[in-house]
Amino acid sequence: MSDRPYITCRELIEFLHLYLDGELPPDRVVEFERHLSVCDSCVHYLATYKETIALGREACRDLDAPVGPEVPEELVAAILSAHRSGR
Amino acid sequence: MTPDIRSEEWAAERDLVARLRGGDERAFERLVREQGGRLLSVARRFLRDEEEARDAVQECFLSAYRALDRFDQGSRLSTWLHRIVINACLMRLRSRRRKPEDPIEDLLPKFQADGHQVNHPTPEWEGSAETLLARSQTRSIVRQAIDRLPESYRAVLLLRDIEELSTEEAAKSLGVTENAVKIRLHRARQALRGLLEPHFRRTAPC
Repeated sequence: MSDRPYITCRELIEFLHLYLDGELPPDRVVEFERHLSVCDSCVHYLATYKETIALGREACRDLDAPVGPEVPEELVAAILSAHRSGR
Repeated sequence: MTPDIRSEEWAAERDLVARLRGGDERAFERLVREQGGRLLSVARRFLRDEEEARDAVQECFLSAYRALDRFDQGSRLSTWLHRIVINACLMRLRSRRRKPEDPIEDLLPKFQADGHQVNHPTPEWEGSAETLLARSQTRSIVRQAIDRLPESYRAVLLLRDIEELSTEEAAKSLGVTENAVKIRLHRARQALRGLLEPHFRRTAPC
């Protein structure tokens, strides 16, 4: 067991993105995981941070549904007309 | 995707590019019809204004056509157009940005002098993203929360988490360093998390 003091919640949350992206050096990863093993609050923060990313991705993906692969006919006409006049 | 379908798709795309370069009007129309809807969805996400979104898509097709000579045959037309429409949207957002943004700090976690969170402890949420998305109102709550982010943070979140650009690509599009993208994205996600928490946190039983 390490005698060193635990990193703070602030340090963990500030560099969380580097931890998730695997960009922390191994000794820092150990410190992060040591903190997480004793801090439920940061475990919840980490979990909800990841859920936030997933929610953002999925909520916006749904915006495509009403449009589908279709493009409004008047937009097609406007683009083709601009294309012809610009050539 | 099987290798056969993939090679067929590549061949069809190479053929389409050759026809476009040859000035084939029908090939251009086909491109607009095939890709326009998806690009319009992207532009709507960034600009949140139907007319501007349509203008950005039009600009995208016209500038793509002019730049066809620079299209790398090793990449996909859809990916190339996706990048072009994003850049058209970012240019519009930049020209729109006249008033100062609200500071994001209010939406970030706050810490005490000892490094613990002020609202310690962070609560759990009522379920995973998948569970929460099963509720009818979740998508609308999340979209509204994204729209509440200051513009420069909303843009980086859209680029990285929604449009799935790499850090390097996002940095190029925004004209900032990769490190700046990483920091801004982290803050944007934290702020979004903070905005979503009141909706999704598990409340203790009375």
